[in-house]
Amino acid sequence: MSNFFSEIEGIYAVWLREAKIYVREKERLISSVISPLLWIFAFGAGVGSAVNDISGYSYQIFIYPGIAVMSVLFTSLFYGVYIIWDRKLDFLKEVLVAPVSRASVFAGKVLGGATDAMVQGIFLLIIGLFIGVPMTPLVLIQAFFMLLLISIAMVSIGLVIGANLNSPEGFSLVINFVMWPMFFFSGALFPVGNLPSWLEGATYVNPLTYGVDAMRGIILGINHFPIYYDAAIMLLFALLAMGAGVLSFRRM
Amino acid sequence: MRAPKIIDSIRFLSFTFIFDIMVIKTEGLTKKYGKITAVEGLNLEVEEGEIFGLLGPNGAGKTTLISMLCTILKPTSGRAWVNGFDIVKESGKVRKSIGIVFQQPSVDDLLTGRENLAMHNLLFGVPRSIRKQRIDEVLSIVNLEKRADDLVNTYSGGMRRRLELARGIMHHPKILFLDEPTLGLDPQTREHIWAYISDLAEKECMTVMLTTHYMEEAEQLCDRVAIIDYGKIVALDSPETLKNKIAGDVVKIKQKVRDIETIKNLDYVKGVQEKDGLLYLSIKDASKHLQDLLTHTGPIDFVEVRSGTLNDVFLYYTGREIRESEAEGGFWERMMKR
Repeated sequence: MSNFFSEIEGIYAVWLREAKIYVREKERLISSVISPLLWIFAFGAGVGSAVNDISGYSYQIFIYPGIAVMSVLFTSLFYGVYIIWDRKLDFLKEVLVAPVSRASVFAGKVLGGATDAMVQGIFLLIIGLFIGVPMTPLVLIQAFFMLLLISIAMVSIGLVIGANLNSPEGFSLVINFVMWPMFFFSGALFPVGNLPSWLEGATYVNPLTYGVDAMRGIILGINHFPIYYDAAIMLLFALLAMGAGVLSFRRM
Repeated sequence: MRAPKIIDSIRFLSFTFIFDIMVIKTEGLTKKYGKITAVEGLNLEVEEGEIFGLLGPNGAGKTTLISMLCTILKPTSGRAWVNGFDIVKESGKVRKSIGIVFQQPSVDDLLTGRENLAMHNLLFGVPRSIRKQRIDEVLSIVNLEKRADDLVNTYSGGMRRRLELARGIMHHPKILFLDEPTLGLDPQTREHIWAYISDLAEKECMTVMLTTHYMEEAEQLCDRVAIIDYGKIVALDSPETLKNKIAGDVVKIKQKVRDIETIKNLDYVKGVQEKDGLLYLSIKDASKHLQDLLTHTGPIDFVEVRSGTLNDVFLYYTGREIRESEAEGGFWERMMKR
């Protein structure tokens, strides 16, 4: 039992450090707030003026769930780069020689990254209230947990990549190859029905598609798959990603 | 069929007995990186309460050895026990018994000194009831109470080092590993840190294993010193004995005509090393033999007599001098690379 508690305290220690650093690095906070605003207002409103309403919603509102997922996706994946910096700074060594399991260190890092991403997620959910997205308290709560699940999966992927690479430059290269296809083939910017078949195939194998679909289902009531099906796939993907993360951390 | 069992248990008992005294023990410990052997078949025993120094140039394998003992690296072959625990099979228990100050700075810049220590408390399972007390205790040992609540990025190099030292001892480890504890620090700070270390070892009854390439550090701090070169121990003893072994004094000489053989055959010359055209002679009582020596050397350009240091011991065993420039860049240089 004491062992269990020391693992929990280890997770808490790693998370607390991440949270404190996040709050103290103002640039991270500011940049993570600005870019989704640009997507919603500049892109959504701009393209929306040239595009017909989709399923009875303006384009800006239609892509809103997708933009929320995107922001969480970007922040979560990029979070993996900090593990490379930690290692370069040798800060990580102090954590790695501590008598806590690598699984706990990984869990602490995932929670830290998810905290970053969810600060942004909550900010976006609040913005939604002001641009006319139909949201009830129940919708907000469901949307929050869906975003959290997506964030945990994506932070894990980012950490797996970060744990296996040595340079921040290499990380941005690799992450771009992961991030953009995931985003474009997720249906965040367009409905998943009646796509050309090659694109449809790409969206179906992309786990993020199910995250976007669930979010759109929760917020706007437009979903291609049943929501429990979306959630189950995201959960499965998150578990796989976390498993890969623990393995990568053990080898570090 | 029963006999082997009895023998085994006797062996087991004798082993546990040895571990009571030997806090660190290695048997044929080896680490290879591809074709390069960083540590080769190392046998080492460190007693409880000792300050043990690993002295060697860069790339000698000091950090690799310490990393293995700290369970960061797995040995290629051989075994080692720290505090009686196998470093591979019982790495968790080893980790609980040790404190480490790494060669590279590893405190968190964006946390305060106190927050860094608090995090360490959580990670190393220091009981909740004594956490605050421990933090205050170590802060006062390294004289950082006044700056404890400032962010570490406002600290000087010496203060960071002291904070790391404080962190390393906070969970009261049995063994403290220090990898180049004073690398790149100014002489004054270095002496302060030495004082802290020997103080700690005495007060906390801790065993300390440190690596260094500073001769003074090894001479002033260590009870015993192992000189390591190319992953092997070439000499191991107390600094005094090591110095005495190569005879008391060193005569540095430059001959007009090089003639080592004649000098080597003089009975009071204990050792001869040649480096950069200079001869380094180890002589028991140089002032007594100098006149006679000079009659055998022929005309000379230069002569210098001084009492031997650990540096000469090092030169004697490795044929090289340790120089500060051999270090992988100073502390600040490495900080900049961030």
